[in-house]
Amino acid sequence: MLGLLLAVPASLAQAPPNTCLDCHQQLDPPLQINPQSWLGSIHQQKGLSCVSCHGGDASSTDPEQAMSPARGFRGHLTRQQIPRLCADCHSRADYMRRFNPSLRTDQYAQYLTSTHGRLLRRGDQRVAVCTDCHGVHDIRAHTDPRSSVYPLNIARTCARCHADPAYMKPYHIPTDQYASYTASVHYHQLVDVGDLSAPTCATCHGSHGAAPPGVASVVNVCSTCHVFQAQLFEHSPHQAAFQQMQLPGCVTCHSNHRIVHPTDAFVGTGSESVCVRCHAQGDPGYTAAATIAARLSTLATEIDRSASLLNQAARAGVEVSDVQLELGQARDDLMKARVAVHSFNVATVDQNIQAGLEITRRTYRAGLDTLAELRYRRRGLAVSLVTIACALAGLWLWIRTHSSSHPEED
Amino acid sequence: MKRLESLRGWFYERLGGEAIFAFIRKKKVPLHRYSAWYFFGGITLFLFCIQVATGILLLLYYRPTPEEAFDSVRYIMARVPFGWLVRSIHAWAANLMILFLLAHMFSVALLRAYRRPRELTWLSGVVLLVLVLTFGFSGYLLPWNTLAFFATTVGTNLIGQIPWVGHWLMVFLRGGQDVTGATLTRFFALHVALLPALATGFLLLHLFLVQIFGISLPPSIEAEWQAYAERRKEIAFFPDFMVRELMAWYVALGLLGTLAAFRPWGLGTRADPFAPAPAGIRPEWYFMFVFQTLKMLPAYIGPMTGEAVGVMAFGLAGLLWALLPFFDRQSRGRRARWITGGIVFALGYIIAMTLYGYLGAR
Amino acid sequence: MATPEDASPRQRSRRTFLEIFLGSSIVASVLSFLYPVIRYLIPPAAAELGASTVLAGRVTDVPVNAGKIVPFGQQPALLIHTADGRFLAFVAVCTHLGCTVQYRPDLQEIWCPCHNGIYDLAGRNVSGPPPRPLTPLEVHLRGDSVYLSRTTSG
Repeated sequence: MLGLLLAVPASLAQAPPNTCLDCHQQLDPPLQINPQSWLGSIHQQKGLSCVSCHGGDASSTDPEQAMSPARGFRGHLTRQQIPRLCADCHSRADYMRRFNPSLRTDQYAQYLTSTHGRLLRRGDQRVAVCTDCHGVHDIRAHTDPRSSVYPLNIARTCARCHADPAYMKPYHIPTDQYASYTASVHYHQLVDVGDLSAPTCATCHGSHGAAPPGVASVVNVCSTCHVFQAQLFEHSPHQAAFQQMQLPGCVTCHSNHRIVHPTDAFVGTGSESVCVRCHAQGDPGYTAAATIAARLSTLATEIDRSASLLNQAARAGVEVSDVQLELGQARDDLMKARVAVHSFNVATVDQNIQAGLEITRRTYRAGLDTLAELRYRRRGLAVSLVTIACALAGLWLWIRTHSSSHPEED
Repeated sequence: MKRLESLRGWFYERLGGEAIFAFIRKKKVPLHRYSAWYFFGGITLFLFCIQVATGILLLLYYRPTPEEAFDSVRYIMARVPFGWLVRSIHAWAANLMILFLLAHMFSVALLRAYRRPRELTWLSGVVLLVLVLTFGFSGYLLPWNTLAFFATTVGTNLIGQIPWVGHWLMVFLRGGQDVTGATLTRFFALHVALLPALATGFLLLHLFLVQIFGISLPPSIEAEWQAYAERRKEIAFFPDFMVRELMAWYVALGLLGTLAAFRPWGLGTRADPFAPAPAGIRPEWYFMFVFQTLKMLPAYIGPMTGEAVGVMAFGLAGLLWALLPFFDRQSRGRRARWITGGIVFALGYIIAMTLYGYLGAR
Repeated sequence: MATPEDASPRQRSRRTFLEIFLGSSIVASVLSFLYPVIRYLIPPAAAELGASTVLAGRVTDVPVNAGKIVPFGQQPALLIHTADGRFLAFVAVCTHLGCTVQYRPDLQEIWCPCHNGIYDLAGRNVSGPPPRPLTPLEVHLRGDSVYLSRTTSG
């Protein structure tokens, strides 16, 4: 009760009576309203009440009065009515300014362009409306971790319908997106690492204007973050070829939902490579793929060679952190080479490979030098130990010879 | 050769060589089945000299500020020729010195070398023990790595548990409420100036007393030699015992070099006062038995914290240990046997708790 | 007590050999200890620690409106010579996933190639995934040389 009082904005000096809640919290479902979830919602915190959406009179204890159409009571709203109802406030900038001036007010307009919005207008009642994603009486701000549209929770919210094969049957689209997404590196970054900038469903599909990007737009969507790869791809021979074959850009090789961390085995002519899906032995693409894969493998091997040498030295106690830092730059070059793969051009990839190899040549030599240093230390120790051994032998002999000429004294 | 002889003679005359030699020539070291223990004091002294020498060398490159301490140690390990050797020897010799000091102390206790008139020798030795442990504690912080930083925090926290004076002592040691750069400055001053001065003073006293009273004979040997005069055996301190001592010192040097070459001392990670303490903070092995005991005590014993009770108990034990010569005047009979038992118990307790601290953590 | 004169010639020569052997091995051992000490005492070429203050290079190494990656302790640092002639430096580790950032002369901003993160010339993260600004470094120009050091303010 105190929380309710504190949450009310200054314009409402005292808590108004809420007979709707008083009755409905005692009813059975589906008419039951949980007062706790209402009290935690953002609408309640901003000073709205049941009347704001449902109309009626919240001060009257007489159900006839409280739920009278004369008092504006709208009763249970149909799914068709819901987007319009929410838009009554949320698409009016002058009204929303009073509560949060920086909140967008184009959600409804976006929704109308979405697949959900278009199907709803055609009369399909099963598609998502505002309340399906945001909740009904327990709506929280999307920045609240408990909200169903908080970045960490978005995928699960979409999956409520989209991962249900029985529900999605009439639409003839796949229902494995959520399962695939949870196996992806984006999901791992978002949920396991906690990086809220990692993409979720709404990032690529849009939230209110949700629709699949379309084959031609895939590269644009991915390039929002993966700029370099997209630029290289657009100047590569694959761009025109994919357009001609109406292949969906990045998705062709990387998949759309199950985007896993690519390994070097992705490239080349091996069993796990994506190149051989189209390229066969003899065509220039096949040769290029094989060369690129070989180059990547060379640099990766050289880096590992240097790394193991330096680890050996570090374990033996030689200070090698400077060289290890330099080796880190070679790792950067390998990463850039892997990005350069998207040019599908051997020379472009090779630029980074050569830069990396130059560094690994230096670090390997430094590694050998540290091993030489270790040998030098051990040799020095051996020399020292030999002199000590000689001194010990000499002292012992001295003791022996002198004790035989000095008999025990009293 | 003649030139060398006359040069030697020149110094001999002017440094009181005759008086010194006359005294030293008379000094004898008894030879019996426990004589091996007589070497341990000298080895500890030798290791102390190694510490002074390597410490002075380290001072040429070490920078005692929180911003530069870690990097200066890294510089010594990576850039200075044989810096890895000097630093590793300093770290290993510190541990070996404490080990040999404990062996020396317990052998002196069990061989009853603290009896009259050697009580002050024993007391000066106990003071040296405290000084050496403080050397170890203060030196450990100087590389300013994570382990050292948190070990110092925990250690000074425990000092803060001493009733009445604990908090003041802790703030004094830390140079403030927490372990900061001020602590590093204080520990550095302690480690390179105050403690060496005190240690030198007490060491000279200790050695002087050992010289004037000669080497003590354990009670059992005393009795044996009184009964069987023909079993008496002695060697001259100079040169015979010194030569054997020199051999022990050479072995110690060889050991130090080997340890430094095959197990150079690590750097750790740079200390970050704002990062949380990593799991498994442990003190150095010579404090482990105290640490482990305090860990095992309950949170509260009566009105005081378990740690306060533990610290006071160790303080009391230390006091009794220091006053040992005054409890054991005759070294005969039942009291002597109780005292032997007590000494053996203390040794066993220390060893057991140290092992438990390391093995129990797994 | 037997004196050296009582000893037989063989014993005497054995003693002399022993004395020479003992003397020379002690001298040899002392030399083997002194050699590292003497080498240690001579100051190494790189007198600075290389971690709190680093010589990044010459002023001429970085042209106007360009950036250069230099090692700073155990991390890469980005030294920028801006279009209006200032020298700026930051720890070049992107606060998103740790990639090495670079200076973009066309944007006149700092860019991370991994996920298109952008920082302005004050190091503030202004676009893309990076959650925090870059750590700035102080730049000191001494004659022809550029020195980088950690910022002293808390």
